[in-house]
Order: sequence, then structure tokens, then C-alpha cells
Amino acid sequence: MSSFNSGRIPFINYFSVQSVKFLRLPLGQSMLFLRMALLLRVLLTNKSRINKQPHPVTGIEWKTLMTTNTIRFLHNDQLVELNNLDPNLTILQYLREEQHATGTKEGCASGDCGACTVVLAEPDGDKLSYKSVNSCIGFVGSLHGKQLITVEHLKDGDKLHPVQQSLVDNHGSQCGFCTPGFVMSAFALHKHNDSPNRAEVVEALAGNLCRCTGYRSIIDAAMTPTKDTAKDAFVKNTKKTIKQLNQITEPANLNGNNHQFYAPTNIKDLAKHLVDNPKSTLLAGGTDLALGVTQNLSTIEQLVYLGNVVELNQIEQTNTHIKLGAAVTYSRFTNLLGEQYPDLAQMIERIGSTQIRNSGTLGGNIGNASPIGDMPPAMIALNATMTLRKGEKTREIAVEDYFKDYKVTDLEKSEFIQDISIPKAQDGQHFKVYKVSKRIDDDISAVLASILIEIDGKKVKSVSMAFGGMAAIPKRAKACEKALLGKPWTQTNVDKAKKALAKDFQPMSDVRASDAYRMKVAQNLLQKCFIELQNRTIETRVANYA
Amino acid sequence: MRKLTDIQEQDLQTLGLGGVGKSKKHESADKHVSGEAIYIDDRPELRGQLHAAVGQSAYAHANIKNIDLTKVKKAKGVVAVITVADVPGHVDIGPVFPGDPVLAIDKVEYLGQPIFAVAATSYDLARRAVKLAKIEYEELEPVLCVKDALAKQNFVRPPFTMKRGDSDAAIEQAGNKLSGEMYIGGQEHFYLEGQVSTAEPTEDGGMVVFSSSQHPSEVQKLVAEVLAIPLNKVIVDTRRMGGGFGGKETQAAPWACIAALLARVSKKPVKFKLSRVDDMVMTGKRHPFYNTYEVGFNNKGMIKGINITVNGDCGYSPDLSDAIVDRAMFHSDNAYYLDNATVTGNRCKTNTVSHTAFRGFGGPQGMMTIERVMDDIARHLGKDPLQVRKVNLYGQDKRNETHYHQTVEHNNLDKLVTTLADTSDYKTRRKAVADFNAQSPILKKGLALTPLKFGISFTVQHLNQAGALVHIYTDGTISLNHGGTEMGQGLFTKVAQIVAEEFKVDVDTVGVSATRTDKVPNTSPTAASSGTDLNGKAAQNAAKTIKQRLIKFAIEHFSVNKEAVKFANSQVTVGEQTFAFGEFVQLAYMNRVSLSSTGYYKTPKIHFDRATAKGRPFFYFANGAAVSEVIIDTLTGEYKLLRTDILQDVGTSLNPAIDIGQLEGGFIQGVGWLTTEELMWNDKGRLLSNNPATYKIPAISDAPPEFRVDLMPDDPNREHTVYNSKAVGEPPLMLAISVWSALRDAVSSLSGYKLSPTLDTPATPEKVLWAVEEMNAIQRLKE
Repeated sequence: MSSFNSGRIPFINYFSVQSVKFLRLPLGQSMLFLRMALLLRVLLTNKSRINKQPHPVTGIEWKTLMTTNTIRFLHNDQLVELNNLDPNLTILQYLREEQHATGTKEGCASGDCGACTVVLAEPDGDKLSYKSVNSCIGFVGSLHGKQLITVEHLKDGDKLHPVQQSLVDNHGSQCGFCTPGFVMSAFALHKHNDSPNRAEVVEALAGNLCRCTGYRSIIDAAMTPTKDTAKDAFVKNTKKTIKQLNQITEPANLNGNNHQFYAPTNIKDLAKHLVDNPKSTLLAGGTDLALGVTQNLSTIEQLVYLGNVVELNQIEQTNTHIKLGAAVTYSRFTNLLGEQYPDLAQMIERIGSTQIRNSGTLGGNIGNASPIGDMPPAMIALNATMTLRKGEKTREIAVEDYFKDYKVTDLEKSEFIQDISIPKAQDGQHFKVYKVSKRIDDDISAVLASILIEIDGKKVKSVSMAFGGMAAIPKRAKACEKALLGKPWTQTNVDKAKKALAKDFQPMSDVRASDAYRMKVAQNLLQKCFIELQNRTIETRVANYA
Repeated sequence: MRKLTDIQEQDLQTLGLGGVGKSKKHESADKHVSGEAIYIDDRPELRGQLHAAVGQSAYAHANIKNIDLTKVKKAKGVVAVITVADVPGHVDIGPVFPGDPVLAIDKVEYLGQPIFAVAATSYDLARRAVKLAKIEYEELEPVLCVKDALAKQNFVRPPFTMKRGDSDAAIEQAGNKLSGEMYIGGQEHFYLEGQVSTAEPTEDGGMVVFSSSQHPSEVQKLVAEVLAIPLNKVIVDTRRMGGGFGGKETQAAPWACIAALLARVSKKPVKFKLSRVDDMVMTGKRHPFYNTYEVGFNNKGMIKGINITVNGDCGYSPDLSDAIVDRAMFHSDNAYYLDNATVTGNRCKTNTVSHTAFRGFGGPQGMMTIERVMDDIARHLGKDPLQVRKVNLYGQDKRNETHYHQTVEHNNLDKLVTTLADTSDYKTRRKAVADFNAQSPILKKGLALTPLKFGISFTVQHLNQAGALVHIYTDGTISLNHGGTEMGQGLFTKVAQIVAEEFKVDVDTVGVSATRTDKVPNTSPTAASSGTDLNGKAAQNAAKTIKQRLIKFAIEHFSVNKEAVKFANSQVTVGEQTFAFGEFVQLAYMNRVSLSSTGYYKTPKIHFDRATAKGRPFFYFANGAAVSEVIIDTLTGEYKLLRTDILQDVGTSLNPAIDIGQLEGGFIQGVGWLTTEELMWNDKGRLLSNNPATYKIPAISDAPPEFRVDLMPDDPNREHTVYNSKAVGEPPLMLAISVWSALRDAVSSLSGYKLSPTLDTPATPEKVLWAVEEMNAIQRLKE
């Protein structure tokens, strides 16, 4: 048996303003605190109070003005206020352990199986947008201002919701353990598409694993049109729900078991808070960060949630660039980038799952600095830049320059990623993105290749190439680029460039692939790019056969 | 009862009588989709309930020098801490043979083995506490691969051989000879609901255990044994599992035993739920195998003689490995007459978790060798593999005896293969694939049809028995209980249909109930695809007993003859009079007729003599065939399954929708096993693929866009199984071999179908790429 290093994404606090030492706190108190908190909830009013007490263990002062120690959200149709709750609690733990709402299941507690899927609704004008998320890796504070919809609430009296009924009618459940998660993913899908085709169903449900059915019955069920959905209780309550949610405008604070959660609503407050509290851990989608808590049993002292910061959620476009706020989720930018770079959108549709893409952000994927993140190589090849901000000061750097070494970045203390600016496609440029993984959907890449190339006549006018999974950081293939730049675009030169890749990279073996496979595939992907540009009639992608 | 309940008026128009043969929905379907189905972790917690966790070995093979649990005991929330010294009764919970200590005894034999256990006030605190132990080890050399174990003759059980004729001589005389070796990977069960048990002390020193187990009776026995109490003081209850697949046949018991031991010490209810990572590390998987063969065949491709050795990687203890390697040997023929055959099975001991039952129970690993042989012969002779497969199928009157000397009866293999080849347009598509490959330099398609013959019965004879308990209440509703467990396969639904059919009542009036050791005792595991065959018959027998009493009562009470009593449409007709079923039941009750009965069943005809390796271990065979088409990328090794057609013999289907669900689900699970599900341990014996981020079971997009599954029509089981149905649980997993063979076909196309590429399983994109490279390298040498 060969020796392999673990290929699991190391758990880090992405956006971390500096490395945070996790202190093992007497978490045993958490349950006690929780119970007290729930009691106190009845007694306490939402009076403002200032919390300037230093942390009893770390001595760190939490300097933000705590207007409240409350988060507010709708759970189904009930307004919920939570106080004094440990913000390390996940939504799933909150549901199952605090609310004893056990319809939502724990399959893996790592966002990989979808059994815990719940739906979050947020106002979008006069409508509600419904998104499926993994409750096992969402922190409870991120619910602030949203409607949390769980499987128990879908029935209308004794009548199953249409998405539930069609699963029954198509014999789409066997052991039933994954079923509530499938129901919630299908519910979210049907909320914006009541007659989805097979591809849409498969995309929406790719983050839900079923070990029993073989999926055919589930696909048929989810493809069953649900015109009746138009009349469900959620639609009837839309106005009321929006009104209730729009009333939740305050920044969220949650302080329990000596751990803090703060969700500022504007970038100024965020910037100031991080200068005042340099040991904060920034939370965006949390799709990686939460694994530290659920899998490694670590705790986070100070969580600062970016999801409610207006400026970080903005998308701006100029003639030449698309600027994405760091906290914009994949779901919101995929199509926009796809208009410029179809390959990129195709690749993004294979990052994680719909649940992950509804939570995960570009800022997070870059900030995380994982060598196997899929967006950084693409951003590097596209010569994207990013704005970093610390207090009132901002600076621009190339995404490429952000990555210094394994998990070491250019980010300073108290600094955070504000936005990422991506050049739009230019005539003559080709952008090829290839993601290679064991499983087509919801799998971490063995190799990710991004190639931006311009052929002028028969010569390579410009080329920019970056790879993931090939080094300790997402990295540009400079020797390979050099072997091509200005040279004729021929098989001979491509062969030379393939050899040059061995100078750029010395990949490692792990659970996802061997070093030899990674190198061979990286070289073959360059070959594939060559073939695709030489002869567009040749079929080269199995993923197109869906 | 002083006054009987009112009988509800029933609308016969809308009654929709259930009964067998109908696609009745799963009895829990409505509860599944609404989140109302209760799994063990969903049960309301009892007052004072504690949560368990175990401290795990850090080495694959080591002597334990010292265990310091001081900090663990002092940790927040910890109420009880136990080691094996605290076990009052048996310390070995090996299900068949000894070798599985409930907690490690002086040494550890795999990385992750439980050494001590704690009960704490929360799940989180229990998991934190176990990390505080200080354990000193003396490291020993681990054996981590099957070839090492073979070289050292390191076995958990002695080798065994089945033999028919003189294979060595036949191979030499056959005219053509090939040999080869292959690695077949294991498989993590990845039931969506992990292992979980709750133990509640009772007032008489006993224990009520709620266990997600396929074998409640064994959990009962082992809990009683570790606690040193009689079996009648332990009750085990299993309402449903969130998937089992064999992983909860023996390996649900350790967690129940530990929960019970902690409950005994703390005098509190204790729940033990394994986290996903712990579950993947501490529970056994499908056995990885390393198989070798040498085969002699004539120019038609017909096998004349074969030697096969299957070497199962059993992990550190016997568990069920003896029977699993036996089943690999029994299925080394799959659907083919081997003529002269010598099949040897080795049970290799390695320092990994103890591998266990998994859908197919060694059968799939046995079949892989012969299916590889079929492809290899075809490439060698330049024939279509389907042609070679057909030549070798078992015959009707001749060429119909297996290498363990059982005659293959009710042989519909040729009919299945021929029909499927026809309905799936095999010939046309074979040409279309060749045409596509000729014009597509990067992507290549592959096509393969593989048959299946799977033996039905536990090969351990005494397990082939079952019991059931049926009550009828005075409102006419029926309560059904039996020894089988519900893990999603639809067993409860099918057995309810059988009981409803007996009384000709609406299946919805048959209430199913949790499997409980105090209702039906001494049960067998729900395994070996036998759940419906055994429990369905037992329940039918119970229902028949009551029905006979009702008939006897009618004859006497109304002075009619037997023919005048009829059950139909939820009614009982006696001569001219018609009663609603409930009404008639009340009448019987008032006339003091017993409305409750047990039922029992044992499988007839089966026997096997291990000393001579001869007999009839299987009551019958479940047959089928699948044809799959794939496309591969020769630059990356990536692939997609494009289309699969399945034709399966389920006898007379009790419930077509459930049977089709089993076929589709089993097939896709098999596809995962052979393609993306890769178990990986490092050189210290640490499982690296220990979570769903690193271990990839099929996702929804891995289901083929064209997926056509049919049941063989009009072919009832010739044996007297319940309503002449056939088992369906395990067989479809092996239909996925068609996908592996299709991948090899696609790779082989690079050699003009002249070469048979190496493609060990799981055939990950990486392995497919290396197979492509192998073809390219040989081609280059030729040029």
C-alpha cells in the first residue's frame, strides 16, 4: 500500500485577519448557558446594552457597541429571537438539539450529503428568493433577517406539499433518511421553476446523496411539474413574510458561552470592528470554516459575519470589468461570469453543490487560500485583481500575488477582502477551464486547469495559465507559458510546453490522485486545449454527455 | 372487552385493495417526505440521558502499555468511563468466531479500534473527553495489504477449496490458455443514517435497546452476554434503519453493547451515535479482494478448465469473513459453466478494521474474476465479449452443474441475455459505438452486456428460518410483526401486502410494527436477500392459521361447508350472508375464536457439506442481465455512464415498484463500488478516505440519463417461495459489472479490440487513464 498524505482541505479560518489560536474552552457550560438563555429569553427585553467586558479566558475585549444580544429570524412562520446562545452552534444543532425538530437529518455534518438541507428565504423586492443550504455547516447567527424553512412545515394540514407528494407517487424514498433533504432541495428548485427539466433537476439535487434509490425515481419526482405550488402557504404568506423580514434591520449580535458573533450591515462598521478586534474570524459562506467546528471540535471566539454587509454583496459592471463584492455567493455570479466565459460557468456548476454555491462566496474561496480551491486558478489566469481593505485604507493587488505559500497570504492583520475585479472577455481570447475529479459533481478537484490564450495568426500572442491541485498554492505555470508565448501554436511547441509543466509543478500524491496522474493530466489538459482550438468539431468533454 | 368498537363504514369503491402484485407505496413514504419518520437519533431523549464516545487506537498494531484516563474522568460532563476491565460478562463479541473484543484487550489490531468508552452529558462533551486520554503503546509491525498477509499465511480462518473435475489437466488440453490477477476494491456502506443505539436500564437489571440493526436478536444476545444477564432481560427494538446494506448486520452490535455497558455503570439511559468519520473509521467495509486465475478454453471461447483463487482482505478479525469468502467462491462461476474448476478461497488477516457484510456478501468480488476472464478470452480470440459469454452460459440439461455440485435449475439465463440484447439493440449499438470511436479521437465509447446468477439462501443453514406474529383486533384491523427489519428495502410493505392478500383486505388496514425481540424471538439477520422469502412466508403462515380458525368458525356457526366461506374485497361471505371483515371478526371474537397467531417458516431442500464441498447451498437462483454504455475521455480518464438497460428475473413480483427501486438502487450502488468509491489507507494503516469529501459515492448526475429497468414477465419462481416471487435485494449490485466491462471495452477500442487492458477496481478516472496509457504504450511499441 502506498503512502498518501491526507488530501482533506485543511481547516482554516478563511478571511482570518490573523491566525487565531483556538482555545479549548469549558464548552461543557454551553448546554447550561443555552438552557438559561432560553429561559432568559422570556424575561429579557431587547434593551441595548454595552458589552465591554473582557473575555474571561482570553482577556480579549469585544469592543463593538453591542446594541443587542439578539438575532432574529423567522422559523417557518414564527418570529424567533435568540439571545445568549453560543454562536458556534450550527443551524442543524439548533433545530435538532434546541428545538427538537428532528425532521432535518444529520448525515455527515460536513456539507457533503445534503440530508440536513433546509431552505432560507430572503426578500428580493416584492418576492422571496428561496435557497437551499446545508444546515450542518451554517452557523445559527447567519439566520438573522431570514426565513428558515424546514421540512416539517411543508405540509398544509394533512396534505403533503406537491414536491413531497410527487416523491411519494414516484416511489422516490426507500430508507427515507436522505428524503427530507431531497424534499427541501426540490422545494427550493420549484419555488423558482415549477417545471424543471432533467438537467435543472440534476443540478439542483447534486448535493443530496441517496444510497438507496439510484436516483431515477427522485429525478422523475422532481421533474413532475408543480403548478399547485403557486398556491402553497408560502406564496399566500409572501407579503406578510417580507414585511416581517424587512423589519429586521439591526446588526446582529449574539454572545453566548463567551463566544461572540457580530453581523455588521455596512463596510465601515466592519472595517472599524476588525481594527478594534484583530483576532476576529471572518465568516462568509462558512462552507469550509464550519468544518473546523463540526469535525475538529474547535471553537471560534469571535465570529464576524459578512453576509449582511451591503457593500460586500454588491455586483458592479463596467465596460471592461465585473467587480464582485467578496461576499457575493456563487449562485449570484455564475451566470454573469458565464456570459463572458462559458467554460468558467460550466466549471462553477461543478463546485460543491447548489447548497454550497448558495452559501459559498468568491471572497471565501480566494481568502481560504486552499491549494485545491477552484476559483483562484481561474482568477489568476484571467488576471483578476482584488481590493483589500484595512480600516479606511484600501489597496489593489493581483489575485496571483495574494497567495504566498501554503495557507500563507498577503492579507495583513485587520485587513479583509473587499471585492474582486475580473476583466471581461476580449475578442480573440480563449478561456478554457478544466476541472478533473473522481466524481463529476460535488467533488474536489484532483487538477484544475485555467488557460487564457490568444492566438494571433498562427502564433501565441498572449497566454496565462494557472493550475489548482498541483502545488501548495494555486499557481501560475510560468515555464509553460514561456514555452508558448510568441511561438507558433503547433503540436511540437505544445509538446515542449507540456514538458515545461514539469518545471512549474511537482505535485503530490493524496487521497484524490497520485502525483504522476496529476502531472499527466495537467499536460493532457494543455493538449486538450490545443485540440479544442485546432478543431472545434472534435468532441472532448464527457461532462457534456449528461 | 365489554363492548366492541363500531365498525367503520368502508367505501368499497375507493378501498383499493392492496395485496400482492401491486405497486403499493412504501409503508413509511408519507412519513419519509414529511420528516415524520422517527429514526433512533430522533427519539425524544429520556430524563438524564447520556451520550457515549470511544477512545480510539492511534496505531494499526500495538501492545497497550498503559492507559491513563485521569483527564478523561475529570473532563466536563463525563459521568462514566469504562475499559474492558469493567465488562462484567463476555469481552469478545465476535458474531461467529471469537476475535472481536468489545473494547481492546492489551493490544490493538487496527487504527481506530475502541479502547475505552465514556458517557457524558452531551454528544459534544463525550467526543471532546475521549481526546484527553494518555495511552502508551509498544508498536508492532502491521500487515496492511492482502499480498503481505498471503505471503505470511496470515489468515483469520483456514483456506477452503471447491473442486469439480481435473482443472489442471483440462487447462493444459484446452488449446488456449490465459492467466491474470486483479485487485478488487472494498466499499464503504455509507448508509445515510450512521450507526446508533440507545440503551435504557430496566427495573429488573435488564436493558431495552433501540438499535439501528439488521440483526436485533444478535444485538440482544451480545448485550446480554457482555452484561452477564439472561437473554430474556434484554429487549431490542428496531423500527427502521436509514440504510443498512449489510453494514448493520454484525457491526451494529458493538455500539449497542458499549451503550448498554455504560448504561449499566451510570444507571442512566445512554445513546451512542457514531459521527460520520468515526463510523467510516470504526466499522468494516466490503472486503477488498486480490484474485488470480488461469483458464483453458477452446477456439469458440468455451471454458474447459479454470483455477481461481480469491483472497479476501478480512481485516483484523473473522467477523463474517468465512461465509463471505465462501460466497465469493460460490459465485466465481457467475452464470457460466466452468467445466473443470478448482476454486480456492483465502481469508487474509490484515491490520485494518474488520471487513463485513455488504450487499452481495463476497459474491460480487467472486464474479469479477470470471467476468474479466470472459472479456480476456474475447479479446484473445477477437470475438465480441457477448458471444463468449453466451457460449459459456449454463446449459439446460447438460453443462448445468456448478463447481460445488449444485444443479442449476429454472435456468432462464439464455432467455434473459437474448431478450435483453434484443430490446437494448445491442447489435446496432455495437456498430454505432465502433463508428463513433472511429471518428472520435479523444472520447471513446464502450458497451458491455453481463449476465447474473445469484444464489439465494444463507449459506449457513440454520439462519434460513423466520417467525412472525399476526393479531387481528375487533375493529378488523391487523397488527403485523416479524423478525425481519426495515432498512428501506420495502420489506414491511411487501409482508403487509402478503398478509392483506391472505385475508383479502385493504393493505392499509395491516399495521406494521417495529421489529422487537420480545415479539418474535431468535430471529435471523435481515440479510442474504432473504427478508421477504423468510418473513413473508412466516407471516403468511400466521395469517393462514387465523384464517383457518375463522373458516372453521364459519362452518360451525353457520352450518355451511368450507366452499361457502369466501374472503374478498374486505368482506367475508358465508353462503348468502356478507359481512364486513371487521364485522365478521367481531362475531368470531364474541364466539371465542383466537385472533392471534405466530407463524414460522424454514427454507426446504438446502444442504451443503463443507467437508466434501458439495451440496445445494441455494434454494434457487435469482438471474438477470444488464447492458451498459459508457464514454471515456482518453486524456483524463473521466467517464460518463450513458445508458443502462436491465432485465431481471424476480419471479412473480410482489410489488413491481419496490422491486424496480431495488434494482435501480442496487445497480447504482454497484456502479459506485466499481468506479468512484475508493478506499485508501496510508502506510500506517490510517484510513484517508474517511468522510464524504474524500470518499465519493454516486451522486444524482451519475445515474445514466437513459435507465431502463424491466422485470422478466411471466416467469414465476419454480420453487414454492411466497407467491412464487424471487429475492431482489443483493442481485442488482452485480449488474454494475456491465459498467466496468464497458469501460474496459472503451479502453480496449484503442487497441482495435485486440488487447484487454488492466483495470483494477474501483476504476477511477486515474485508473482508466493508466489503462489508456497501457494501450497507447503497447501500440507505440508495435509502431
